[in-house]
Amino acid sequence: MTHQLPALPYDLDALEPHISRQTLEFHHGKHHAGYVTNLNKLVEGTDLDGKGLEEVIQAVAGDPSKAGIFNNAAQVWNHTFYWQGMKAGGGGAPTGALAEKIAADFGSYDAFVEQFKAAGATQFGSGWAWLVLDGGTLKITKTANADLPLAHGQTALLTMDVWEHAYYLDYQNRRPDYMTTFLDKLVNWDFVAANLAAA
Amino acid sequence: MPMLRFWLLPWLLTFLLAFTPAELALADGAPFSLPPLPYPSAALEPAIDATTLAIHHDLHHQAYVANLNNAVGADPSLQGLGLETLLKRPSRRSAAVRNNAGGHWNHSFFWESMAAPGQGGAPSAALLEAIDRDFGSFAQFQASFKAAGLGRFGSGWVWLIVNPKGALEVVSTANQDNPLMDHAERRGTPLLGNDIWEHAYYLQYQNRRADYLDAWWSVVNWEVVSGRYAERLA
Repeated sequence: MTHQLPALPYDLDALEPHISRQTLEFHHGKHHAGYVTNLNKLVEGTDLDGKGLEEVIQAVAGDPSKAGIFNNAAQVWNHTFYWQGMKAGGGGAPTGALAEKIAADFGSYDAFVEQFKAAGATQFGSGWAWLVLDGGTLKITKTANADLPLAHGQTALLTMDVWEHAYYLDYQNRRPDYMTTFLDKLVNWDFVAANLAAA
Repeated sequence: MPMLRFWLLPWLLTFLLAFTPAELALADGAPFSLPPLPYPSAALEPAIDATTLAIHHDLHHQAYVANLNNAVGADPSLQGLGLETLLKRPSRRSAAVRNNAGGHWNHSFFWESMAAPGQGGAPSAALLEAIDRDFGSFAQFQASFKAAGLGRFGSGWVWLIVNPKGALEVVSTANQDNPLMDHAERRGTPLLGNDIWEHAYYLQYQNRRADYLDAWWSVVNWEVVSGRYAERLA
């Protein structure tokens, strides 16, 4: 099985004005596509050829000699997950069971927002901020470069890309503005709730 | 007492070397300040556009300076230490000091490493000879530098260094680390460094890091790089 670039779950201009069409064109059409191409080249003819994406990630996680495969496989997974975590007209506080779980585990939605933004702000260099389920409890984590919760025994529920390419055309050095917009205008809480229910 | 003076001398030298004049002048206020760009922000076009250079210097570099001042201000044991003292032993420092001292040093070094196209001179005979000796040819050095820049996954820098044995090497470091740091995989004296954080090129080149790495050769200040090599050999 060859790894494929999944289509975006919305039109390229769906997230305007918060994330521009131009950003999504490069981010999905060049960066995400590039990781898929590199991954297919790297696994071709190896014993990982034909394995599923998560199986590949778990097979090479923590092995420095397989860092190239890990980086590209994990970035394919991370971006697919990131696209699904956003939608036009998203953001703001969630409702229902997810809202109750957030209040129970963080104290309040505002406390969740504060911790999630702090994770994104303090991920120095390239990386990701995450909402994960870890042993039944919601937690905020951050990972460098391609690293992801799957490699740490956690279940990812939501992610925010803080590589500069995710926001530089629209926000330049203003990562905090991008993070605020992500939470207030873009989060697809239905996707997060479905991930929680399936965990 | 002659014996006491003898004992004090290395300590005094270390102490004096830890302060640059600029730092002494600012001793009452924030210890570190943003150096001005050594050329106008449009000077490096077309390799680096004016908007990128202005944001990179005025906002990114400025943030490293401000955050470094905050980190040093919050820790009395760091008062009065010079930039290289702060950055060369990251294993003893907080992440805030390591990242921001590195960011300040790397960017200051980067601006000085560049000049307007056609204004950067040529590598000295001594530097060219060393490049031929250690890479085979100038083209092979450039290929090695580009490969290291492309191979750095995520944010970081690519460097030409003189290693402790005196040989030239191309190395790359993650984030704002550099080859002066005690935990660097390959340590040495930097002669040249290129910033491969996406903020260095994304407005102009987006995902095309390779094109940025190619275009960047047109703005390298070889006079400065050759001067650093001469200083390292002296």
